[in-house]
Amino acid sequence: MNAMTMSAPERLLDVKGLSIEIDTRRGPATIVDGINLHVNKGETLGIVGESGCGKSLTMLSLMRLLPNKIKVKSGTANFAGRDLLTMSKSELRKVRGGQVGFVFQDPMTSLNPVMRIGDQICEPLIYHKAMKRADARIRATELLRLVGIPSPAERLDAFPHELSGGMRQRVMIAIGLACDPELLIADEPTTALDVTIQAQIVDLVKELRVKLGMSVVWITHDLALIAGLVDRVAVLYAGTVVEDAPVEELFANPSHPYTRGLLASIPKLSDVAANRLSSIGGTPPEPGRRPLGCPFAPRCQLAEDICRQSVPPLEPLGGSGPHRVACFVAQRQLEAA
Amino acid sequence: MQGEPLLKIENLVKHFNVRLGAFGERGATVHALDDVNFEIIEGETLSLVGESGCGKSTTGFTILNLHQATSGKVIYKGENIATFDDKAMRPLRRDLQIVFQDPYSTLNPRMTIGEAVGEPILFHKLCTKAELPDRINRLLTDVGLPPRFAGRYPHELSGGQRQRVAIARALACEPKFIVCDEAISALDVSIQAQIINLLLDLQEKYGLTYLFIAHDLAVVRHISDRVGVMYLGRLAELATREQLFANPLHPYTQALLSAVPEADPVLEKTRQRQVLQGDVPSPLNPPTGCRFHTRCPIAQEVCAQTIPEWRQIEPGHMVACHMVPGGLHA
Ligand SMILES: Nc1ncnc2c1ncn2[C@@H]1O[C@H](COP(=O)(O)OP(=O)(O)OP(=O)(O)O)[C@@H](O)[C@H]1O
Ligand SMILES: Nc1ncnc2c1ncn2[C@@H]1O[C@H](COP(=O)(O)OP(=O)(O)O)[C@@H](O)[C@H]1O
Ligand code: SF4
Ligand code: SF4
Ligand SMILES: [Mg+2]
Ligand SMILES: [Mg+2]
Repeated sequence: MNAMTMSAPERLLDVKGLSIEIDTRRGPATIVDGINLHVNKGETLGIVGESGCGKSLTMLSLMRLLPNKIKVKSGTANFAGRDLLTMSKSELRKVRGGQVGFVFQDPMTSLNPVMRIGDQICEPLIYHKAMKRADARIRATELLRLVGIPSPAERLDAFPHELSGGMRQRVMIAIGLACDPELLIADEPTTALDVTIQAQIVDLVKELRVKLGMSVVWITHDLALIAGLVDRVAVLYAGTVVEDAPVEELFANPSHPYTRGLLASIPKLSDVAANRLSSIGGTPPEPGRRPLGCPFAPRCQLAEDICRQSVPPLEPLGGSGPHRVACFVAQRQLEAA
Repeated sequence: MQGEPLLKIENLVKHFNVRLGAFGERGATVHALDDVNFEIIEGETLSLVGESGCGKSTTGFTILNLHQATSGKVIYKGENIATFDDKAMRPLRRDLQIVFQDPYSTLNPRMTIGEAVGEPILFHKLCTKAELPDRINRLLTDVGLPPRFAGRYPHELSGGQRQRVAIARALACEPKFIVCDEAISALDVSIQAQIINLLLDLQEKYGLTYLFIAHDLAVVRHISDRVGVMYLGRLAELATREQLFANPLHPYTQALLSAVPEADPVLEKTRQRQVLQGDVPSPLNPPTGCRFHTRCPIAQEVCAQTIPEWRQIEPGHMVACHMVPGGLHA
């Protein structure tokens, strides 16, 4: 191993130039536009963005689970040296639910409603780990205990509707973790839950990450939630990564006008004064109606002519370092400083 | 909060009778709301918080007489409206409005935005047909929508825009009181901030009173004058915003506050959280004594036996807990 690879952290997942398109009556429309994302070994990456910005489709595309009419137009997604987007179906099946675990946004639709939860946890164990049924059930019990479900052995035979929302979400996490994945991708795993249950699940994932040494991608629209949970944050806007930085750096020095607006519009528990919140005017563009240049330009107070003509590239602030931002003005301000 | 009470809620109870079992062979009672007492002051924003299923919506619905109260009173303009039938309620409906979490399900998909906003105006005969378009324009402008939206259909609008329409509809009959039931919970942060600001502006402009039902304590911290905390159908604590956030007394309030994540990685990494374990117990068979005793970190024997009294700790600050000074076990 040479000095270069020693110092650079090892990339477990490396997504390059990923574009996703949807067929509409008016022709193809771009939903995700050439994004670059990576997750290092042992790292937790937060992907934040508002509803509809393409978070779920990005994740689904990696597992080749995109719905009809939506497809990957270009890009690569390297996982442990192989491209998820082009590998054979049989190879993919080994990765999916095996080396890469998933927790989907809506447990009610992604858990099978007519299958007992024990069987749903056993399925990947039997498929990926070639376990005997009896052994798989023992492991499933352990997993339910791991995710904090009381009297796990009795719960194995429950149907999803017999569990509370928080418990269903834990079952989803148990399935995601079943085969000791190297990478866990969780899409809004706590969005539908109460803060109390959310806090339980966040603590659980923090603990498991250390215990199992896995990498995590946590997708959310809630910046406050991931502040204490992730190492690095990628901010998505209208299907592009607009900023990507270590978490402390992002909160201390947000550089993209959208990130700044987002941070300012979060109500804070510790804020003493101020009733009105600062807000971003307007709404994100719909797919197929993306502006020509910077996708944020129609809502951006700093927009200039160049912003409406060309797309700002995602580049390291000040030319190098881990803080990257896609904004002409932010980059220029730093040069000038 | 000084001022006159607009609504007085006295010993309000709402039980739902449900059938259980595969064939509905067993009857059971959901204790959705039990013995709740508070006032809503004219011009204030009173928020209700608590985990899902703890009875926040039921409180709002029962106050508006959209659910018939099992017992107890809702005093409005000197009368107990909890016993009013539909006909007696009709003239009051104008004053008492509600905005829901999911505007999509409450807007008729075949009605244009203009028709949706105009409907309550026509129903309550608040203006002539000729004046109507003008009135609709003004309402749309009030909620920050361009008047040309009057010709559009709900599916052509974003979630935030639909929520503005729902607010315009509630405003159409010039109400005094609006229940906002999770009215911003489904919206993105940046849109949520727009709607919160809109609600605050409208309150100032029209002197509105809000019962604001939410589960996001940080939002509540921003917009409320007073805050009530509910647990399993009962009020646990009620106080001014300043009192509640600076000096939360009930262990449940403390646990809720401690679960809220802060948008600050440095603080979050060092912060000691008191994480509440388990789920809310079933309201079909609520715990005896203090309903929180099965999850309360400081519960004593008395908590499982005796219902804590709803009492005042200092002016404006009410709590129901045996362990708070002055209680049975403090
Ligand atoms: N099955 C589908 N058919 C058509 N359009 C779709 C479909 N799924 C998603 N889209 C569109 O693709 C875009 C991105 O969707 P995606 O689900 O990835 O958003 P998201 O960032 O996960 O949002 P949320 O926070 O609401 O989960 C949106 O504009 C959405 O309307
Ligand atoms: N129409 C109904 N029939 C039976 N039970 C109900 C009905 N509406 C609400 N409930 C129950 O009453 C309790 C309180 O519900 P709700 O007021 O909706 O809670 P919240 O708004 O705080 O989430 C819950 O257990 C709920 O399941
Ligand atoms: S590139 Fe221009 S429009 Fe885009 S965020 Fe930066 S300043 Fe605003
Ligand atoms: S009365 Fe007892 S159980 Fe209830 S909150 Fe107080 S200490 Fe906890
Ligand atoms: Mg999604
Ligand atoms: Mg509710």
